[in-house]
Amino acid sequence: MILDGKCPTGPIEKSWDKHRFDLKLVNPSNKRKYNIIMVGTGLAGAAAAASLGELGYNVQAFCYQDSPRRAHSIAAQGGINAAKNYPSDGDSILRLMYDTIKGGDFRAREADVWRLSQVSNNIIDQCVAQGVPFARDYAGYLDNRSFGGAQVSRTFYSRGLTGQQLLLGAYSALSRQIKAGTVTMHTRREMLDLVVVDGVAKGITVRNLVSGELESYAADAVCLATGGYVNVFYLSTNAKGCSVTANWKAAKKGAFFANPCYTQIHPTCIPQAGEYQSKLTLMSESLRNDGRIWVPKKKEDVGKLPAEIADADRDYYLERKYPSFGNLAPRDISSRSAKEACDAGLGVGPGGRGVYLDFADSIKRLSEDTIRERYGNLFEMYEKITDENGYKRPMRIYPAPHYAMGGLWVDYNLMSNIPGLFVLGEANFSVHGANRLGASALMQGLSDGYFVIPYTIGGYLVTVKPGAVTADHPEFKKSVDDVKATNNKFLSINGKKTVTEFHRELGKVMWNNVGMARSKESLTEAIKVIPQIRDEFWKNVKVSGTGAELNQQLENAGRVADFLEFGELLARDAMHREESCGGHFRVEHQLPDGEAMRNDADFSYVGAWEYKGNDKEPELHKEPLKFETIHLAVRSYK
Amino acid sequence: MSDHKTMTLTLIVWRQKNANDPGKFATYTATNITEHHSFLEMLDCVNEDLILAGKEPIVFDHDCREGICGMCSQVINGAPHGGQDRTTVCQLHMRKFKDGDTIYIEPWRARAFPIIRDLIVDRAALDTIIQAGGYTSCHTGGVPDGNAVLIPKPIAEEATDAAECIGCGACVAGCPNGAAMLFTGAKVSQLALLPQGKAEAVARVKNMTAAMAECGFGNCSNHYECQAACPKGINVKFIARMNREFLKAQFA
Amino acid sequence: MQFTSSSIGRKVLMAITGQAMVLFAVVHLLGNSSIFGWLSGGINAYAVHLHSLPLPVIVGFRLALLVMVCVHIWFGIQVTIENRGGRPQQYAVKSTQKATFASENMIWTGVLLLAFIVYHLLHFTFQVLYPDTAALKNLVPLHNEMVPNVLGMVAAGFKNFFVSFIYAGAMVVLFLHLSHGIQSFFQTMGWSNDRSQPLIIKFGSLVALVLFLGYVTIPLTIFAGILKG
Repeated sequence: MILDGKCPTGPIEKSWDKHRFDLKLVNPSNKRKYNIIMVGTGLAGAAAAASLGELGYNVQAFCYQDSPRRAHSIAAQGGINAAKNYPSDGDSILRLMYDTIKGGDFRAREADVWRLSQVSNNIIDQCVAQGVPFARDYAGYLDNRSFGGAQVSRTFYSRGLTGQQLLLGAYSALSRQIKAGTVTMHTRREMLDLVVVDGVAKGITVRNLVSGELESYAADAVCLATGGYVNVFYLSTNAKGCSVTANWKAAKKGAFFANPCYTQIHPTCIPQAGEYQSKLTLMSESLRNDGRIWVPKKKEDVGKLPAEIADADRDYYLERKYPSFGNLAPRDISSRSAKEACDAGLGVGPGGRGVYLDFADSIKRLSEDTIRERYGNLFEMYEKITDENGYKRPMRIYPAPHYAMGGLWVDYNLMSNIPGLFVLGEANFSVHGANRLGASALMQGLSDGYFVIPYTIGGYLVTVKPGAVTADHPEFKKSVDDVKATNNKFLSINGKKTVTEFHRELGKVMWNNVGMARSKESLTEAIKVIPQIRDEFWKNVKVSGTGAELNQQLENAGRVADFLEFGELLARDAMHREESCGGHFRVEHQLPDGEAMRNDADFSYVGAWEYKGNDKEPELHKEPLKFETIHLAVRSYK
Repeated sequence: MSDHKTMTLTLIVWRQKNANDPGKFATYTATNITEHHSFLEMLDCVNEDLILAGKEPIVFDHDCREGICGMCSQVINGAPHGGQDRTTVCQLHMRKFKDGDTIYIEPWRARAFPIIRDLIVDRAALDTIIQAGGYTSCHTGGVPDGNAVLIPKPIAEEATDAAECIGCGACVAGCPNGAAMLFTGAKVSQLALLPQGKAEAVARVKNMTAAMAECGFGNCSNHYECQAACPKGINVKFIARMNREFLKAQFA
Repeated sequence: MQFTSSSIGRKVLMAITGQAMVLFAVVHLLGNSSIFGWLSGGINAYAVHLHSLPLPVIVGFRLALLVMVCVHIWFGIQVTIENRGGRPQQYAVKSTQKATFASENMIWTGVLLLAFIVYHLLHFTFQVLYPDTAALKNLVPLHNEMVPNVLGMVAAGFKNFFVSFIYAGAMVVLFLHLSHGIQSFFQTMGWSNDRSQPLIIKFGSLVALVLFLGYVTIPLTIFAGILKG
């Protein structure tokens, strides 16, 4: 099937304004008759729930944490982009759009990216009005910094806590609506199924994580703002609770999963220390503004203390390979270069999986105090985890899975192919193409939540009769029964391996075969091995306790079971995409100098997969990508 | 760097089936723990052994495991988050302990935080306090340009100091009175410092402090245990500022 | 919510009444120090001077002190009971980082001080405990007048080890109560920040120490025979 993104036509500068005008409006007095479900209350979900509640809709919001303030958006450190051009350094909406399209290796929709760039400015204003304490200069003006991959200073930030501050801003707006009664918040609930009635999304089944009860909620529209899926690699920078479950349940009910192979591996994470490790910690890539990345030139120097290696014996490989961007080269490029250095046996630290990030030159140039003022909290964090002082010896960093550009397929209105199912933020695939630029995730989450969905959902709602389906519809009972059966199955297997053991096993396969560099062989292997792990999981997993209580093993079992299915899809998508672009690198497709080689003739499309059953191959649908404003070009950062 | 010495520890952990169960301490042994294990990874290892032995694993809240989400909440040897300066449990590493140590692990204890299970407590009361006024009543859209109102750097910085609160509730857990003054004071101060928050300052401080009392939090006795417990090092000066705001509000 | 039922409101009332009593304690000490002879006629002259104030002033002053004591005690007990309920179950291991013995025992130092004040009033103000040495009954000449012998009463009292011990002990309790109470006043009123607070804490302890030394000197010097009645 050829998918239609329903993008507005005509000049791109007018596209969003024209589309907003063309959208039908819901009569203000009718809004309260519509129920909207919002699953996930991170940046996108909280912003959307608050804005929709304020408009007058009845919103039911759900999160698995004990409070909407804990969503993993909170962990974003670096900043948020906007085309304000406050520093007058040549920025504009068009340039932000250009950078985002190019950064995404020409695999995103132009119209969506234009809209994102356009509303980026509103986001800053909105957050300031909420009391988000952005960094300011002494005169009181908003401060900007430049951030990975951009040559203008367009990143707004609040220390190394930008995600936290923006999330708390959205959380405060949400809290205001909860108090006003327009939003009902359901915490410690995990969505375990999407209820589709006659082909239309009409509700969800959730598990109350405290009592274990399964609950049904019906609505006129269901929004998923459930984040990304890189915990499929087991070790990632995501929170432990992040999963593909909500999205995967929707996919199993017919929603297409787009570009799952576009995963971002973040270059500046703290390397793994041992087998027992449960997660990887990211340090803001703003560190790369002042840190120089290097590995020893000679293998025999690898074991030496960094101070013992003379400058001439160090390979500042990013500066060497990308003279104009140097240490600020985009994430996918920096990550892959680190892997190449380590694969060549030049890595440092435990297992040779690390490269140095050295601040000695900056400290000499600017003083240790300046560095401390800029990155103090990151150095502190590094020392807590590694027990090493980053001011005295170079930090060790290594790439780690960080962000999913892929997600459920949505049209320009953020609606999936299932009518009534909307997908926001990281959970959808829409704007980052094959690679996301730094400080753009927060921008997208808030853009979707504050400034896109409040308009586009109205265009859908006017077409449906409010309250047409209620939770006593048989589909809801069937959904609850299905979920109950699955949970009982987990509890009854009583095998010999824990859920975590399976997750770790899957993660290793994903990281080694479907990680930073993928090949036909590695993917073939993954597609063979993942179903084997899955089969063993369903025969040999051990989940104790009952379903009628707080049971963290049962929660994890469900998430890992979904990863075991989804991981295979990710590998299949990577296998089918015979090109290298952004976060997807196929070793067969590279230029002689090792750079990614895109294949625009054959792959300039969104690959959206339709689930056909566990033992059947998924079906690929394509949405062709057209580039009319930004011209296709080889993405070069040399 | 890769130190192969391992530790064996005795854990005395609070186990409580549900809110109605009286609960009791149970003793476990953690073996093969290295100094690079985080505290939660140490508990993960204990739990893996418990699961395979057919016993109920220890249930605890955690999520981001990088010290920012505020989900983890354990009192270790009487100190919320283990007592290391500016550190959450999830960032606490086992190098702070010695082979053979006995470690007491308890949930947050406060009237306003009923225990849900084992080390998990219900912190909805903190959300209730925010809902009472921890926001500016701006609409989505229709706000002035970000630079329309200037905020000098020192003010923005002080507001950020207050805004760093991760809402974990350690201040309440550390307070002998189970008071939420530092949590509430941080939010009141952040918004009182910023011009955007000033318009509603009077109602905010009154409503938020009233919500605090209604949720069952105790009163402040100026012990400053909250500041010591806070993994973000939030200063008690924000309690003083809230007190000032509260007094100002009486005359407004 | 009413000011007098709010958490901060009640603390403010306690802070203000407490601080007013600290001021009284300072003035009281200055007056008492006349026993060392800096005022012509010593403490007897000081007593005469106080009692020569118009009756409404004396009664008003005493009433005001009584009200402050009552407010301070009332809210002190109320808030303490509430606070005990704030954490119904204690931790198995007690670990305090910043709380002090003084801050944790304000209610008990407060109760002891109340008992002492009652004793002190019965002893020196109402003069019913040791009627033989009561100043009102033992008049002595001063500037051609017969006046109550306060000095004799005080000296007779403090020559008794038991009485001196009670007074000295009470001043230790006062020191503890004020070492937390004075700095607490500034915090509760919102007059402290991260820079001033360490100084305020030191200042509070210093004032408490000066009051302690000042007050305790009187029974000690008398008991030791340095100051003679």
